[in-house]
Amino acid sequence: MESKKIPGTGPEFEKKLLEKLRTRARPLRIMHVCGTHERAITKHGLRSVLPEEIEVLSGPGCPVCVTPEADIDTAIALAKSGVVVVSFGDMMRVPGSSGSLFDAKAEGADVRMVYSIDDAVGLAEKMQDKEVVFFGIGFETTVPANAATLLRGPLPENFSLLTSQKRTPPAIDLLIKDVEVDAFIAPGHVATIIGTGPFEPFAKKGFPVVVSGFEARDVLLGISLLQEQVEEGVSRVDNGYPRVVKPEGNLIALRMMEEVFKTTPSEWRGIGRIEASGLALKKEFEAQDAAKRHEDLYGKALEEIREKARKQGKGKKNCICASILTGKAKPTDCPMFGKACTPKNPAGPCMVSLEGMCYNWFKYNRSTRAGDKRGGREGDRGNA
Amino acid sequence: MDSKTITLEHGAGGEVMQALIGEIILKNFRNKSAGSVGLESLDDGSTVKLENFNSNSELVLTTDSHVISPVFFPDTNIGRLAVSGTINDLTVMGARPLALTCAVIVPEGFPLADFEKIIKTMDETASEAGVPIITGDTKTLEKSALDSIILNTAGLGITDHPVRDCGLRPGDSVLVTGTIGDHGISLIAHREGFDFDTDLVSDSAPLWKLVEPLLSLKTPEGEPVITAMKDPTRGGLANALNEMAQKAGVGILLEEANIPFKPAVSAACEMLGLDPLEVANEGKAIIGVKAGFEEKVLEILRQHPYGKDAALIGEVTAENEGDVMLRTGLGGMRYVDVPAGDPIPRVC
Repeated sequence: MESKKIPGTGPEFEKKLLEKLRTRARPLRIMHVCGTHERAITKHGLRSVLPEEIEVLSGPGCPVCVTPEADIDTAIALAKSGVVVVSFGDMMRVPGSSGSLFDAKAEGADVRMVYSIDDAVGLAEKMQDKEVVFFGIGFETTVPANAATLLRGPLPENFSLLTSQKRTPPAIDLLIKDVEVDAFIAPGHVATIIGTGPFEPFAKKGFPVVVSGFEARDVLLGISLLQEQVEEGVSRVDNGYPRVVKPEGNLIALRMMEEVFKTTPSEWRGIGRIEASGLALKKEFEAQDAAKRHEDLYGKALEEIREKARKQGKGKKNCICASILTGKAKPTDCPMFGKACTPKNPAGPCMVSLEGMCYNWFKYNRSTRAGDKRGGREGDRGNA
Repeated sequence: MDSKTITLEHGAGGEVMQALIGEIILKNFRNKSAGSVGLESLDDGSTVKLENFNSNSELVLTTDSHVISPVFFPDTNIGRLAVSGTINDLTVMGARPLALTCAVIVPEGFPLADFEKIIKTMDETASEAGVPIITGDTKTLEKSALDSIILNTAGLGITDHPVRDCGLRPGDSVLVTGTIGDHGISLIAHREGFDFDTDLVSDSAPLWKLVEPLLSLKTPEGEPVITAMKDPTRGGLANALNEMAQKAGVGILLEEANIPFKPAVSAACEMLGLDPLEVANEGKAIIGVKAGFEEKVLEILRQHPYGKDAALIGEVTAENEGDVMLRTGLGGMRYVDVPAGDPIPRVC
């Protein structure tokens, strides 16, 4: 659809990159593993301007999406018991097995939104007669901030941390065993902390990799670098975000993480248990560990959650998020997409946050291009 | 509806609120129309016919309750928000504001000096638009029942031709009277203590004087040049444009590069993971204009301080009925959907 009245405008650098991609286009299935990349791609409508041959898929890269229902249920149980639960904004709407933190708030629980762990500590200082629990979720990008706060100490006695933190490399190990893509865009934010090394296994397995930033031009540059690797017939890790990412990562942040957290097995919503993919507080920090501090509540909540899970049994078995996250299926291949699974009532992780692939397809990608295989949702707005 | 109790999202101006209004309020009020625009139209106000008084004009009635935290924000307060909001609801109906009411519910312990400041601000704002505040009501509540002031303002206006939010037709152009997202972002920045830009303040303003000269514009065939209007308050441009597209059964194609944003708003949205199109405005109007009259309307708007950044942001299409599309700076296309509720900052 061309606008007759308003001439299209756009930055020249991006246009040149697009031109280059178009003239050298060859079939290429690229997976990124970062919610912010998905956001940038949809925000700029990149899929609709890329050549037909280039497909960009979204892997498991959104920490909110992969936070298991049980962890959300636990946070809700704590909030309902009178503890003040604080977390990031996008965690608030994400449903656990029954309802979200927002729903708990509506029912009278004290649930609050913060921008960082330090805001949560500040709140605990102000509310000394209340227990304050920070529901800390995230990948390596948010974990160092949590570690730094705990190391800085001393923290108010009524403050503790409920962690649902995840490590990226074990998910990558899992991905490369069973994924149907040609190349990867690695997340610039995570690489800022962990460096480019952890992405080498992709390259060794024969997947070209590029670490990219989050502007439209960063993503286009990344795709162009991948195209070059494919043309040359090589697979290596290119740093397409050198203004921020160092090959060795942020050594100070890594050391702090190591000092405070230990790796544990961890549950990923829609994917299942991944060994060594979680980060729990070390014994020295037990005093700030909400799971220990509120052990009775925590234990009870977990039991209820397991009981509920047993009763519900099957429930959401039609959800094909695991296949979507490994590039084997598109959201529109899922029988629940846009029907039993919508942003307001998500069944799987991909529909949960505004970084999830299903969510974004539902919201933005109902492409107007006839027959566009990469976007589009069937059904009507009435499902929303 | 999904939930059994009222949540904050039921009042946040998005899909959730629409469902509450549709499924409970509209369903249960049986007598809800007194003129050509009734409650069921869910426009910015409704009209009262004056046929029995030998007049072709219609009265327009609107009401709005205002709560905001904090009550004082850069660089005004809830009083300006309330009066502007009501005047703007009349304005976008194409109605000359005749009079306002002022009902106050205030908790015990509220500083009297703050109360007076708010009342003075209401007076200044109403005077700016030349509208008297002619009646009111005051109630107090225990601190435990209410933690801050609530203002309700009703407004009465009059018009010969109500301008509707369903009036867009294919071929029309879509204009906005200034930069988008100033109110919502300035408030978040103030509330959270972010210092993005000291110049960023709420755009809260009464728009009657800005819009008034447009209402008399006619095409050579004698039709009004202004085909539709709406103020993009809660839910921002995304919500208002979707409503306009759905009600008119047309598509809207926006040109991202033409939508005016202050740099501080873009930067803050980028940092907080917010979509500026979903952020509230309190002193802006979306105006549908017949093709060929864009320059004339822009010229008039830009003469007024509240319209100096007015811009042509898109056009109305016959295809994509009920949807709002956006062409990005790169020429990519995407849908602009209705926000679910209040914008929420993201973790990463």
